[in-house]
Amino acid sequence: METIGKSIIRKEALDKVTGKAKYTGDYQSSSMLHAKMVISPYAHAKIKSINIQNAWKVQGVRGIVTGQQVPLVGEAIQDRPILAQDKVRYHGEPLAVVVADDPILAKRAADLIAIDYELLPVVNSPSEAIKPDTILVHEHLDCYKRAKHITPIPGTNIASRFKIRKGNMDKGWRESNVIVEDSYSFTPSDHAAIETRCSIVEIRSDESIIVSSSSQAPYMIKQLMSMYFGIDMGKVIVNTPLVGGGYGGKAAVQLELIAYLASKAVGGRKVKLENTREEDIITSPCHIGLDAKVKLGCSKDGFIKAAEILYLFDGGAYSDKGIDLSRAAAVDCTGPYHIENIWCDSFCMYTNHPYASPYRGFSHSELLFAFERTVDLLAEKLQMDPFELRYKNAILPGHTTPTQTKLNHSNIGNLRACIDRAKELSNWDEGQMVEVDKRFVRVKGASCIWKTSTIPSNASSGVIITFNKDGTLNLMSGVVEIGTGTKTILAQILAEYLKMNVDHIFVRMDVDTQTTPEHWKTVGSRGTFMAGRAVLEAADDTILQLKSVASCVLRTSIDDLIVANSRVFLRDDPTVGLGFEELAYGYTFENGNSIGGQIIGRGNYILRNITPLNPETGAGNPGPEWTVGAQVVEVEYDRRDYTYKLIKATSVIDIGKVLNEKAARGQVTGAMSMGLGFAARETFRLDQLGRVLNHQLRTYRPIHFGEHPEYAVGFIETPQLDAPYGARGVGEHGILGMPAALGNCLSLASGVSLHQLPLTPELIWREREGKSDLI
Amino acid sequence: MGLASITLQINGENRVVAIREADTLLFVLREKLGLTGSKPGCLNGDCGACTVNLDGWPMKSCLILAVETAGHYILTIEGLKNTRIQEAFVEEFAFQCGYCTSGFIMNGYSLSQLYPHAHSTQIQEWFESNICRCTGYEEIEKAIRRVLNENNNL
Amino acid sequence: MISFDFDYYKPDSIDEAVTLFRSLSSMGKKPMYYAGGTEIITLGRLNLLYTNAVIDLKGISECNILAHNSDTLTIGASLTLAQLGMNHYFPLLANISKEIADHTSRLKITVGGNICGNIFYREAVLPFLLTDSQVLIAGKNGLQKNPINNVFCKTMQLENGEFIVQLQTQSKYIESPFVSIKRRQQWNVGYPLITVNSIKVENQIRVAIAGLCPFPFRSLKMESMLNRKELSTEEKVELAIQHLPQPILNDVEGSDEYRIFVLKNTLLDVVETLEGAGA
Repeated sequence: METIGKSIIRKEALDKVTGKAKYTGDYQSSSMLHAKMVISPYAHAKIKSINIQNAWKVQGVRGIVTGQQVPLVGEAIQDRPILAQDKVRYHGEPLAVVVADDPILAKRAADLIAIDYELLPVVNSPSEAIKPDTILVHEHLDCYKRAKHITPIPGTNIASRFKIRKGNMDKGWRESNVIVEDSYSFTPSDHAAIETRCSIVEIRSDESIIVSSSSQAPYMIKQLMSMYFGIDMGKVIVNTPLVGGGYGGKAAVQLELIAYLASKAVGGRKVKLENTREEDIITSPCHIGLDAKVKLGCSKDGFIKAAEILYLFDGGAYSDKGIDLSRAAAVDCTGPYHIENIWCDSFCMYTNHPYASPYRGFSHSELLFAFERTVDLLAEKLQMDPFELRYKNAILPGHTTPTQTKLNHSNIGNLRACIDRAKELSNWDEGQMVEVDKRFVRVKGASCIWKTSTIPSNASSGVIITFNKDGTLNLMSGVVEIGTGTKTILAQILAEYLKMNVDHIFVRMDVDTQTTPEHWKTVGSRGTFMAGRAVLEAADDTILQLKSVASCVLRTSIDDLIVANSRVFLRDDPTVGLGFEELAYGYTFENGNSIGGQIIGRGNYILRNITPLNPETGAGNPGPEWTVGAQVVEVEYDRRDYTYKLIKATSVIDIGKVLNEKAARGQVTGAMSMGLGFAARETFRLDQLGRVLNHQLRTYRPIHFGEHPEYAVGFIETPQLDAPYGARGVGEHGILGMPAALGNCLSLASGVSLHQLPLTPELIWREREGKSDLI
Repeated sequence: MGLASITLQINGENRVVAIREADTLLFVLREKLGLTGSKPGCLNGDCGACTVNLDGWPMKSCLILAVETAGHYILTIEGLKNTRIQEAFVEEFAFQCGYCTSGFIMNGYSLSQLYPHAHSTQIQEWFESNICRCTGYEEIEKAIRRVLNENNNL
Repeated sequence: MISFDFDYYKPDSIDEAVTLFRSLSSMGKKPMYYAGGTEIITLGRLNLLYTNAVIDLKGISECNILAHNSDTLTIGASLTLAQLGMNHYFPLLANISKEIADHTSRLKITVGGNICGNIFYREAVLPFLLTDSQVLIAGKNGLQKNPINNVFCKTMQLENGEFIVQLQTQSKYIESPFVSIKRRQQWNVGYPLITVNSIKVENQIRVAIAGLCPFPFRSLKMESMLNRKELSTEEKVELAIQHLPQPILNDVEGSDEYRIFVLKNTLLDVVETLEGAGA
């Protein structure tokens, strides 16, 4: 292969190293007004009054909107007022928005809005939320509009419940000689993309809404705004320039709606609303929290016979994507193992925490922390090497998933090959624990991973290829460039397929929902697969058009023509042919007669055979393929202080096919870094009142330079037959096993079983010294 | 009250700009001068995405008032052309979303200019000032080392 | 982005600064001295602090001095933590300076600003407390030199309108054996869980701590326990811990009980390191 597999430099690279790359917040104009939100200092409180009089006195204030006159929104359940009405349900919830001539005046006025609250008791965890007779976050759950398969339970805090019922649990427990059971929990945390979310909205005189937004889901913004505000879909036009990191956090639709209300309040003038970091952490949706219980049984020789699982997700104050997240956790509830008897309940619970949006891995690093920690407990009890147990139970073609989906050689990767390679790369066989001296010890922990992407059965992706007169190509896809380099990879796929130089393919980086064909959402590691398939179809369409014009000129059948090196030529005599530049805008004969016209290739892709899940058993086909992998984390642990240093993190992932080597490695190491941050340090520190105490990057600290370990990355290539060149999704997978592997590692190192995140030295100390729960 | 007209020496040009004395340099660069390469990641000195150079040293432009910078030489990412550090970032894939990149490059540029033979401890000390959320820092480390190694080979 | 307005002044001399402060105050303004300014900018942005006139001290030459003669080191209060981090004359101060915030921020944060700051760690004061340094304060009565241990009690005890010009430390202390340990919640960045600085003077261990309480302190009582020769290291530390000031911090960085656990181990390391050292 000429282009596939090579580390092609990303197309927007030069813009990104010269400061020319433009993100939503970088756009400004003198006609633009600026909005500032007023957010709740409390997690649960009645709004007794909002006084905006003083705010109006600030010169330059053009509009103020409060929660009184706004519709309810939300993706699965419309349970969320765009601005809080009657009560606030989480710390950071927006209550009002001020529009003014400049950002300073807007802030000044927003600070003058006086709000009287009456505090209410808070629901401070999903376990608290599910108790009978607890406080209700939503009193009128039965009155909300909702999608048809969603079944919230009025009178409780249950937003949704998904069930997996596979096999026969009684049989499973009967066959089990060894049983382990434990509970796990962690509070919500944050994506912490370095670009805070920003939306710019204006309303034209014909009511069309022009939105610019730092979003992973511009087409969803279009669809939802049309629905929420009753505006023709064609009148909602969403632009998305480069996005400064998404990780799922920008798949939710929130600021766009507030900015729309703000613009409406000032006669449709263009309004910019940009989160501060503090708002980005608490006001905008966050990374979901979880309380989990896992019980596993296995035979004497280590074959897992039964799994009983309870996931209580902390969806926060509003259900939005929390429902889908808890559904995805049900789908892959066990980790990548062959288990015949599975019982799982996965709930999305309402609490008084910031609400959840997708987060890299879409609930999988979360569920795997609980599940893979329990697998290690099982290995310990069996006195078996943790990888041996996983190898033994590895899910293989012919087995079925928890959703009873039959696996084959294409839709599942080779977990055993991943385990073997991970053991090599991590030097597993030297022993999990190696003594450095009396105080320090080097310890390894493992986890296996898997994931399918549970996106809607009708999600589709489209691509358009146009030609320039010189025979070069333009590639347009609705995939948002959030940093993954997907658009460059699409160009590689196209170049490979057309056997041409990738430098002759120009990629449109921005997305504009009016002119760019739709890509459902840039989430779930699905960009390369779906848009890649659309590229191939568009390339076929292009080839056909090239050949049909060329066949007229060359007076031959199209079957005798080959396309390569930006030419169309005779199969048996490559010297006879035409360059793309002669065909791109139609062919002109010597006498001036012309045929053809600009070549415009089109292609799209829609997932096939995806089905909804049976509400009672969870049976169905949730996604197109499962990417699998094996991971190891190694630390140097201080037995006196309970502190540790990350030494090495290993990932081996069955990626199907490596399309761009450095880009693929970067996706994996980046995801590992994020996962280690989540595992070891990142969490919302909540007080008794449900307030987030660490909503700045100096108290909410992602991994910094120098804290990172050495990375080892390996790829296995088991092609997914219907993916472009066999490539599987890989944008998320590096994160998935990091919390579990670190948890397994530190549990072994410290000699106490660790069940919470983040895995701080204080947590280990608390478990070791038996102190009660603190903050 | 609190208004001033100041001359800033930015990227080799003298720019006269009307400001509030309470305006940070970052605000003035972005909102008044259209130099949006410096990014507002936190406005709190925590992320480093707004890093510029002041008299050759890295400076978080959210932590300095514009009025403080009068009489000093300011270099922003827009003033950096075809430098080795920029090339090395491209070659090593040292960015993904690109939002932290200007800050990392300005910091790395300062380091490589002021300490062309900087050692590991120094790299660590300096680069701790910036957050990259996309990469695992491996590529960033390779990029800066590549530039410094080339200096060592001169 | 600070939403309130202020006037910015940059006087050239101490007198000018003090006079300016007084006249602005008498005009009903709320002036504030400004050195690195990082706290004024970041706390002002969140309305946690207000001023309508800032007086930048960085133009005053006395505040920018770094002078070393045979028996005294003089440090201008406007020197940045990055400058002190590179200063080899006072290794303990260099050491602790390099652990505060991050390198780029340290190019802006000044030593005077850190010591007088609202953010309660104020770690840069620890070496000065240990070395019985003198602090030169400018105010309406001109310049006054005071032992820092007399004028620093949890915070710098400054009258309205006063500011620190310089800190002076005797060489004999600077040359003492020292230990500086900063422990964080996790890994290398962020606020301290505990910072312990210690030196050994005339065979006596001195110790100053930040991050344990909502203020930095040096405790003579703890020092006397740590110097009881008849006791084992563990016993010394156990006794010293009995004399901690209150309250012990219990916050997002760590609980009070955990901080004490960390403190114990840190003090063990401090005593063990310094007991073997000369002086």
